[in-house]
Amino acid sequence: MSIGLVTAGYIAASVLFILALGGLSDQEKAKRAVWFGIIGMAIAVIVTVFGPGVNSIWLLVAMIAIGAAIGTIVAQRVEMVGMPQLVAALHSFVGLAAVFIGINSVLHAPMGLTHAEEVIHDVEVFLGVFIGAITFTGSIVAYGKLAGKLDGKAMILPGRHLMNIVGVVVSLIMLTMFLNGAGIWTLLVMMVVAFAIGAHLVMAIGGADMPVVVSMLNSYSGWAAAATGFMLGNDLLIVVGALVGSSGAILSYIMCVAMNRKFLAVILGGFGGQKGPAMEIDGEQIAIDADGVATALQEADSVVIVPGYGMAVAQAQQAVSELTKRLRDAGKNVRFAIHPVAGRLPGHMNVLLAEARVPYDIVLEMDEINDDFPETDVVIVIGSNDIVNPAAQEDPNSPIAGMPVLEVWNAKQVFVSKRGQGTGYSGIENPLFFKENTRMFYGDAKDSLNALLTRID
Amino acid sequence: MKIGTPKEVFDTEARVAMTPASAELLQKLGYECVIETKAGLAAGFSDATYKQAGVEVVKTAAALWKAADIVAKVRQPDATELKRLRKDQTLISFFNPGANDDGMEAARAKGANVIAMEMVPRISRAQKMDALSSMANIAGYRAVIEAGNNFGRFFTGQVTAAGKVPPAKVLVVGAGVAGLAAIGTSTSLGAITYAFDVRPEVAEQVESMGAEFVYLDFDEDQADGAATGGYAPVSSPEFREAQLAKFRELAPEIDIVITTALIPNREAPELWTEDMVKAMKPGSVIIDLAAEKGGNCKLTVMDEKIVTKNGVTIVGYTDFPSRMASQASSLYANNIRHMISDLTPEKDGQINHDMEDDVIRGATVAFEGEITFPPPPPKIQAIAAKPQETAPVKTAEEIKAEEAAAAKAAGRSQTITLVIGGLIMLLIGQYAPVSFMQHFIVFVLSIFIGFQVIWNVSHALHTPLMAITNAISSVVIIGALLQISVGGGFLVTLLAAISVLIASINIVGGFVVTRRMLAMFQKS
Repeated sequence: MSIGLVTAGYIAASVLFILALGGLSDQEKAKRAVWFGIIGMAIAVIVTVFGPGVNSIWLLVAMIAIGAAIGTIVAQRVEMVGMPQLVAALHSFVGLAAVFIGINSVLHAPMGLTHAEEVIHDVEVFLGVFIGAITFTGSIVAYGKLAGKLDGKAMILPGRHLMNIVGVVVSLIMLTMFLNGAGIWTLLVMMVVAFAIGAHLVMAIGGADMPVVVSMLNSYSGWAAAATGFMLGNDLLIVVGALVGSSGAILSYIMCVAMNRKFLAVILGGFGGQKGPAMEIDGEQIAIDADGVATALQEADSVVIVPGYGMAVAQAQQAVSELTKRLRDAGKNVRFAIHPVAGRLPGHMNVLLAEARVPYDIVLEMDEINDDFPETDVVIVIGSNDIVNPAAQEDPNSPIAGMPVLEVWNAKQVFVSKRGQGTGYSGIENPLFFKENTRMFYGDAKDSLNALLTRID
Repeated sequence: MKIGTPKEVFDTEARVAMTPASAELLQKLGYECVIETKAGLAAGFSDATYKQAGVEVVKTAAALWKAADIVAKVRQPDATELKRLRKDQTLISFFNPGANDDGMEAARAKGANVIAMEMVPRISRAQKMDALSSMANIAGYRAVIEAGNNFGRFFTGQVTAAGKVPPAKVLVVGAGVAGLAAIGTSTSLGAITYAFDVRPEVAEQVESMGAEFVYLDFDEDQADGAATGGYAPVSSPEFREAQLAKFRELAPEIDIVITTALIPNREAPELWTEDMVKAMKPGSVIIDLAAEKGGNCKLTVMDEKIVTKNGVTIVGYTDFPSRMASQASSLYANNIRHMISDLTPEKDGQINHDMEDDVIRGATVAFEGEITFPPPPPKIQAIAAKPQETAPVKTAEEIKAEEAAAAKAAGRSQTITLVIGGLIMLLIGQYAPVSFMQHFIVFVLSIFIGFQVIWNVSHALHTPLMAITNAISSVVIIGALLQISVGGGFLVTLLAAISVLIASINIVGGFVVTRRMLAMFQKS
């Protein structure tokens, strides 16, 4: 295949990738759009393999076959609750691949470059390896945290900002030495430093900020691909890298807006401190049993369910789905309200509910449903806390003040399914639990819902 | 314990405080139910249906009062009934405590506990037992039906072969529960409906029901209803004048007037004066829901329907809920059932008269040999809670100015960003080789395309988005593919081979999992 044909293939692949991403605007279109992505990728790989300069075809085919087999098995087996871990793990692969390709590119440097081109090439290699390395270890740590293999709490080391700065400075020194021909060891030293930075960055971020981290790593894996593209002078890689990079950046931005936090503050870890004494909360938490909730549900016409990460932890989505089905069969209007940061991955709740066969047209976003709460008879909050905290609007001193929240307290009655009387991830007391139209439905979410199901037919 | 409901003794009263449906739910709370024979007959519930629901039917009122530990009824008890009260018996009923000192005294002397349904505080938690609201709702509905009954024309406008019929014009004065119910009924019958209330904040509710709110040309801070427990306060003389002037202006064109203005513990205010009645067209109808307290129109005769000399019908019935006895009984019985349910937190059929509970305390007028009326002000402010003092209201100009300033600042920062970006571009262009710049243009344009495309992605699909971007970012496989056969030695080939392997895992895994996820999204 000639260079011209290869380039034509790359153009086709770029267009198909853009169509694949654009198709995700709608659930039904998306099912077709995935095929654009798959075909685009197939074209890209095939024109490269059969293009000029590639001859170890059998080795390639073997590697791709093994990889494809592993990928299929993993993807078929993963539970939807485990999606965040899988995504994080897959990000680490992109990072590692970028690192290897970067090192290779030095081991076998392109010939016949002018000085300026060589400098640029070296910088590109350096950047590619740097971002790739951060993505790699960052994703591994994120995977560990999401899978529960590492402690989910933020690990705050003394002088952590200083450590990061020192890491970056060392990398810069290595870059200058590398540019002046100090040899490949500088690149390797920088790689190790970048590994450390990546791991340390993510270690310092707590469980509930994970959606931001995962989308940030998504973004990094894109920038790493783009840097690799520059390094190899390959426009397809640049296009795809830029697409993925901006996609991840937008996701991170949406998550940050939904938490009313600055991106840097999230990435650098820790949680905003209190600005003053918290508002006094009066009233008490009133518990209710399954009978009470069942009666209220039977009398209600419109029900909104607000799921959070707690639902995923308790594996309660099947029970939620069954409850939804029964209530809908009884002619009630049942809908779901999803906060952008519910769960551990952007859109995580939507996928979990879809897996449990909840129809997606009754699963609404925060902006779509927030105005409907005053007309809602019953709201059931399952395993979420901060995203329904009225303090965000009422208490200017609250650490989450200004964060957009689901205004469930405007509904006639709110039931909160919760394990115990603890506070949420942010450790903030939730005045919702003390409101007079709120009843606490204590217990494991799955057991509570199953108890509820026995009382509703 | 036993809950009993006697037949109402008041002459025309057709309602009953217990229905077979409510009795079944009361039994679930652990109570036994008794009812006087024929108590539900006028509301359409026969003794047989009660028996089917497991209710004991007794022959006489005396036997019932004797058998029941809790007596639930509708109307304020008369002298005979008060005599039948005994120590530790609980009576749940309308009681009119504001003008019923004798009744409270009798209950106190007997040592009976009395819960007056009209005293249930108007807070959200107590809405389910707010009998005034549920009865007012019926009264509002019935008022429109009654008006229609006395009105010789259609409500809705029609264009028929026989000629054009203009729609009726209905004015509802007072947009409380009854007023809103009347508005809803009237608009759904097709009439052009106007509504007035002294609390301007209800305009939104009125408009949401399809009626037009009548605004006054009057500048005064009207206190909202929150401070007085959700009721309208007494208005100032100037305000009243403005209001009457507006009504006078409307009177000639209005076909049906429904007045619902009541102020707690006072005579009803006169809102529809004699001259307004005179100004109305013959055949017009006035339904005065305030007739019991003297009427919003002075010509109203309580419990009667009169026709004035100029042919305006004025209806002063006070028993609208009783005229829809079946519906009213179901709702009232539910209010009673909710009240009893709150009195029985353990669901063990034993009453727990908790005087610490705001709602129960508020409604109790006699307790353990003492008169407990009037109740202390509720701990929780009603309905609208405290006015928000913290956020000073901004005028339209201030908001506009702020918006303009924000837009200006945004424009400025955008210009600055563009200038800086442009400078950086120039700098790079100055030094970078041509080949780099060619790739760079692709890079920058791709970022822009990426932003445009990704903003359109549905929030619900963010997880599939991450999975698919992950798969396509593994297009770095191309780099490894190109390196694998350049022959740069064993190490180069090894690293490239590993890269191909893990990138393929990523590509296939990413696509497969995306497809799996998307297949799960099903429409209902």
